[in-house]
Amino acid sequence: MKETSFYVHIPYCVKRCGYCDFNTYTPTELRDGGTLETVSGDYIDAVLRELEIAHTQSSGSVPTIFFGGGTPSLLKAKDLGRVISTIKEKWNVAPDCEITLEANPDSVDVAKLQEFKAAGFNRISFGMQSAVPHVLATLDRTHNPDNVERAVRAARTAGYESVSVDLIYGTPGESLDDWRTSVSAALSLGVDHISAYALIVETGTKLAAQIKRGDLTMPDDDLMADMYLLVDEMAQNAGMSWYELSNWSKPGHESRHNIAYWRNANWWGLGPGAHSHLDGVRWWNVKHPTAYKSALFAGNSIEQEREVLTEQQLKDEAIMLAIRMRDGISLNKLNKDQVSRISGYCQSGHLDQAQWSNGTLQLTAQGRLIADRIVRELVV
Amino acid sequence: MPAISIEKAPQPASTDPSQIRNFAIIAHIDHGKSTLADRMLGITEVVDPRHMRAQYLDRMDIERERGITIKSQAVRLPWRSGIDGKEYILNMIDTPGHVDFTYEVSRSLAASEGAILLVDCAQGIEAQTLANLYLAMENNLKIIPVLNKIDLPAAQPDKFAAELAKLIGCQPEDCLRVSGKTGDGVADLLDQIIEQIPAPQGDANAPARALIFDSVYDVYRGVVTYVRVMDGHLSARDQIQMFSTGVRHEMLEVGVISPEPISSKGLGVGEVGYLITGVKDVRQSRVGDTVTNYNNPTKVALAGYKDPKPMVFSGLYPLEGSDYPLLREALDKLQLNDAALVYEPESSAALGFGFRCGFLGLLHMEIVRERLERESNLSLISTAPNVVYNVKLDDGKSIIVTNPSEFPDGKIMSVEEPIVRSTILAPSEFIGAIMELCQQRRGLLLGMDYLSEDRVEIRYTLPLAEIVFDFFDKLKSSTRGYASLDYEAIGDAEGDLVKVDILLQGEAVDAFSAIVHRDKAYAYGLMMTGKLRELIPRQQFEVPIQAAIGARIIARENIRAIRKDVLAKCYGGDISRKRKLLEKQKEGKKRMKMVGRVEVPQEAFIAALATDADIEKAKAARK
Repeated sequence: MKETSFYVHIPYCVKRCGYCDFNTYTPTELRDGGTLETVSGDYIDAVLRELEIAHTQSSGSVPTIFFGGGTPSLLKAKDLGRVISTIKEKWNVAPDCEITLEANPDSVDVAKLQEFKAAGFNRISFGMQSAVPHVLATLDRTHNPDNVERAVRAARTAGYESVSVDLIYGTPGESLDDWRTSVSAALSLGVDHISAYALIVETGTKLAAQIKRGDLTMPDDDLMADMYLLVDEMAQNAGMSWYELSNWSKPGHESRHNIAYWRNANWWGLGPGAHSHLDGVRWWNVKHPTAYKSALFAGNSIEQEREVLTEQQLKDEAIMLAIRMRDGISLNKLNKDQVSRISGYCQSGHLDQAQWSNGTLQLTAQGRLIADRIVRELVV
Repeated sequence: MPAISIEKAPQPASTDPSQIRNFAIIAHIDHGKSTLADRMLGITEVVDPRHMRAQYLDRMDIERERGITIKSQAVRLPWRSGIDGKEYILNMIDTPGHVDFTYEVSRSLAASEGAILLVDCAQGIEAQTLANLYLAMENNLKIIPVLNKIDLPAAQPDKFAAELAKLIGCQPEDCLRVSGKTGDGVADLLDQIIEQIPAPQGDANAPARALIFDSVYDVYRGVVTYVRVMDGHLSARDQIQMFSTGVRHEMLEVGVISPEPISSKGLGVGEVGYLITGVKDVRQSRVGDTVTNYNNPTKVALAGYKDPKPMVFSGLYPLEGSDYPLLREALDKLQLNDAALVYEPESSAALGFGFRCGFLGLLHMEIVRERLERESNLSLISTAPNVVYNVKLDDGKSIIVTNPSEFPDGKIMSVEEPIVRSTILAPSEFIGAIMELCQQRRGLLLGMDYLSEDRVEIRYTLPLAEIVFDFFDKLKSSTRGYASLDYEAIGDAEGDLVKVDILLQGEAVDAFSAIVHRDKAYAYGLMMTGKLRELIPRQQFEVPIQAAIGARIIARENIRAIRKDVLAKCYGGDISRKRKLLEKQKEGKKRMKMVGRVEVPQEAFIAALATDADIEKAKAARK
């Protein structure tokens, strides 16, 4: 039986954060005079139109649905609920389907979270980023660190099975101690899952401009590496283990939706700029919400671009993604040449010795830090 | 009118030597030689005023449709003397203006009886001009000192007339004053050439002997050989013979340049002109060689023939390995027109396949590299230039080393290196800076003379190796650009020389090895290891960079192992982007060179081989 996961993009935020280059828009950026209230209603209508298209090309069961953004929690539960119920009508949604909501800790309370719960969500992921005020200020985040604790408690009260927080490390000016403060704050919340991302400075962001001007300085790679090793160690001590490079969870709380990406499973991305993958074909939608909506309502194609992956590209992607996971890559899927090229990384402590002897390529913590380099060795 | 039309003027092959004057112009590059030549072409009316344009002779290479591309300026100018009213033929013979081409200059001078010493009277004489002047005086040429650019507001004719008078041993008032720009004094100069420079002498009945003073490859006509007939006669119907090789050539055409090529019946004693024989390679028609008549050959060659001897060697490598055949082709093509260029294939673990090239000097090297890149659209890396070493081993054998990688390990009795006698002209305020630089470069002061109150001539012997490594750039920067330099090889001398190897993780990188004086080995090692530490990206393991003399390590740096090389986030929308990045990196990895287990980007090699001056040039080009 075929499976298709769904990603639902909600391209709206109250305010754009300084480091963010995601496909999201604030009311002023949209410039169509609409408020979030007015735009979100017909945005959901548009998504439902895209679901009709999706239904002509995909069927079967749905193991996971993920609402990301943007800030999905800005929208009304009943609007997001329309998407979930439509998927449930047209596909075979398993009873244990993981349905995740990305939420801003500022914009939720118990009542609102209960509404989302009632709409079908069972997993929630809060954008925490940091617990240190000067780091949040540099990231240009609006929330008060205390709100995160309130939000996580509210999620528990509302009955979510899985609660996660996202953290960012390597912000200009962030010390190793600042990072330790943030990680221990996150772990003390009693969450089931954390994601920790190294800050990437994307061109065109406010942060990139600040760095270019010399107002801010990026931390060096050695400090970033130490930060990664620290969160890995602290998460383990808190009973979580890594299952992907940037993700740690308590047993059974891995994000099944994200695992689908890393296993190259099929998923359909709904919304402007959303990427989809079905059986070796990737495509993505037009980027701007207005263009997306008007195309859909006019019955035109919303596809921006498509790529049919070659054998080589499929192989490269499989390695690039699988290496990020704790399960790693079975050595018998690699050729002799590839194995000999990377065997040195076993001696240098980047690959787990015991797993290697058992026929599996699994990265150690040191190895995870240079994963892209090892991928390059493998795919040349 | 002192000009005579070409048709009515004395014709080639039937001009009496007493009517001929052969002269060279010795001048620094921007002292106005081309403009003066333009005026001479105009006043003698060999160029119609309607066709006149600036730097007429320099631009003739553009006129390919005319059949011959002319580099050399050997122009026949008919002129009626304003003094005695008689008709004369003036042959103006060009001389290359740079230190590397001293031999070519000496042959041009050997083809002349006199020389115009042309000096910009706002700048004064430069070192290379001085060197060429000495060469002309050694050849017993009549020197006519000429101060040019007298129209300039900054002109100081009196000051520089005194300077020239002192150098030549004449009176300051003997210096002619002209303006190539306005034409002032040029007619008088032509008359003075006739008055002062002796007519050529030779035996018209002897077997033909003609001196080759230039040889140029032309795509349409093959090699065009410029000659000065010393004895006898060359006729269009002759078969000729090159004395040094004994090879016979058919004469396809003989003629004079006035300033378009005009074919003639022949060339007589004292005349200057060109020959075309169908030869395709300038090495078969070498500068300095004697052309004679095949059926009636001379037994005695003209004196002074020398094979060009490369003094400076460097490895040239294509940036793209696949361009190697193109580079070979380009070198083959260039050699058709450059008898001094030598090369042989070599390979470097670091740079791949390339050629070891020998040059007359640094300028020659720069010219060759620039022409290869421009004319064949190649991007090249060159290794640091080095000189030729004569290494004597303990067992009595000796080897010639043109590449540091051939330098033997141990068992060395002695090493000899080429020494030059250098002349530096500069304002006297820079004496201290110049002496300091020369001391640093192992120079020995030979002497110093004041040319005028505030200008000096400083003479040093220096190892050539010290000059090939950015000496000229340093000299210029420490004298605000005022100093000029000339040098000539004077032989070899023993030096305390060692080879410094640069090791990456214990493996020597051939492209970075250098032969240096023992006292400078440490500084070189420190400089290279420091540079490489900045240039080589961190690897999965720690990489020591060492400088070593034999087995002895003299400097060390470390590249720490890489700690982080990963993009932390990879969700659905990131996959295509990340895969594309990976595909790009795959390409980049192909351009990585492996030194042992160390990956070195090609850019690091290029940057490490660049001198400070290269970096400045690259910066300037970017602006």
